[in-house]
Amino acid sequence: MERIFEILENDARTTPEQISTMLGIPVAEVEKAIKEAEEKRTILKYKTIINWDKLNKEQVWALIEVKVVPQRDVGFDTIAEHIYRFPEVISAYLVSGTYDLSLLVQGKSMHDVAKFVSEKLSPLDKVQGTTTHFLLKRYKDDGEVLEFPEEIKRLPITP
Amino acid sequence: MSKSGTGGGKNPRDFVSQKADSLSPSGIRKFFDLISTTEGVISLGVGEPDFSTPWRIREAAIHSIEKGYTMYTSNYGLPELRQLLAQSLERQYGVSYHPGQELLITCGVSEALDLALRAVVNPGEEVIIPDPCYVAYSPCISLAGGIPVPVPTCVETGFTIMASEIEPKITAKTKAILIGYPANPTGAVMTKEELSQIASLAEKHDLLVISDEIYAGLVYEREHICFSSLPGARERTILLGGFSKTYAMTGWRVGYAAANGDIIEAMLKIHQYTALCAPITAQMAAVEALKSGEAEAQKMLHEYDRRRRIMVKRLNDCGLACLEPGGAFYAFPSIKITGMRSEEFARRLLKEEKVVVVPGSSFGQHGEGFCRCCYAAPLKEIEEALKRIGNFVRRHNATT
Repeated sequence: MERIFEILENDARTTPEQISTMLGIPVAEVEKAIKEAEEKRTILKYKTIINWDKLNKEQVWALIEVKVVPQRDVGFDTIAEHIYRFPEVISAYLVSGTYDLSLLVQGKSMHDVAKFVSEKLSPLDKVQGTTTHFLLKRYKDDGEVLEFPEEIKRLPITP
Repeated sequence: MSKSGTGGGKNPRDFVSQKADSLSPSGIRKFFDLISTTEGVISLGVGEPDFSTPWRIREAAIHSIEKGYTMYTSNYGLPELRQLLAQSLERQYGVSYHPGQELLITCGVSEALDLALRAVVNPGEEVIIPDPCYVAYSPCISLAGGIPVPVPTCVETGFTIMASEIEPKITAKTKAILIGYPANPTGAVMTKEELSQIASLAEKHDLLVISDEIYAGLVYEREHICFSSLPGARERTILLGGFSKTYAMTGWRVGYAAANGDIIEAMLKIHQYTALCAPITAQMAAVEALKSGEAEAQKMLHEYDRRRRIMVKRLNDCGLACLEPGGAFYAFPSIKITGMRSEEFARRLLKEEKVVVVPGSSFGQHGEGFCRCCYAAPLKEIEEALKRIGNFVRRHNATT
């Protein structure tokens, strides 16, 4: 089954028929496996990687380091949940090292993000401190190179 | 006294040796010009990976240049590379070669093939090859002064060369059997039993076997059998291999030969006066490939395997009967349904549907009636190309 997910993770538009041929297993089995994975939330969603910079859309991203106080019994989970519920938070990770949570936050402008940090994030009881890093350029996202992917430079016919 | 331009002297053409003149131009070359002038072409006509060399390997090569590794290496090749190669052959196939005397690093497996033939063939001696086979086998034998003796292989036996078919071709002049499995252009692989029969035959008639295993790293759903690992075969085998296909390193030109020290010594003599050594940067890259390239190689292998299955299914669906290739990255479907000769098929397919395939006849007389389709191409291109081929076959179905 893992091989089905590898294929879909690389290209979500690969059809069950193609997967069935690629792996030599019946279409019905592929469809069943995908359905089950969707139900179990092994497959969360089918997404598209978009380079928004090409659309000149006013948008900014920031990586925010958050230092928090863990709570008895629940550790970091409750405060993490409190934070990731904000729609501005695109990704949230608990990390090792000098801070605890690493957030990817999206806003319309720097002001927007600053406002989120100062009005929503920093005032939270369990938040001890934050450091905001605005993204200047995206080179690679989810394994995809954004600007200059390598072209195939082969001759059209070789022995 | 020098001859001046317009006098009665030779045309430049007349300076060309009879040997060079007698070589027939590659069927692939003829096609090249035609393709270059057509727009929007999808090519299944290539013989190399569509991946760039893994970054780790490229990065190691760049680093070696920065560090000043820009000199000749030992004629044999970098000691570290030979050491790693010996370990790799031992680990993968259980066959051991002494890195000091039994391995030679060459400029691609192409040079290794040329050296092997020149080192063993006397004028007029015969070398048995499968038909169809890689385009260089026959010319290289001729250039070495030998006579190529093709043994027909057919779709019914999966394009493998059978010992029983070889034996009647053996004469007093036969020196060697040259085989290349997994095969270009057919994608055929041979079983251990089939190879063992060839090994026994070689022993019976005291022949050498030159085994071109450049596609050893691209074998699907089974293990690659290294010819020299067969019982009793090592001392009469010249094993040829390389890094081009497995690690997507075609342009680096680095390959190798492994054989008994006396044979390697003979090959080395020719190598030292011609190539001298393989490019050091390429050898450095090959070192890195052996050290850390396995994971990337496996990833590429899995990707080829998926594309292989798609291509074979689509070809069969559209009426071009195709065996499932067990190795390399070629499918070799029959074009019988169209009633066309393979050159005509390839030419018209390019003209009408802008898809490049290689006519089977480029690989020998018995490649006629087939074409070579390479699946080292992005899946989207394969799907589109096969859609176009499907349209073409529907229009030219000679059986309806």
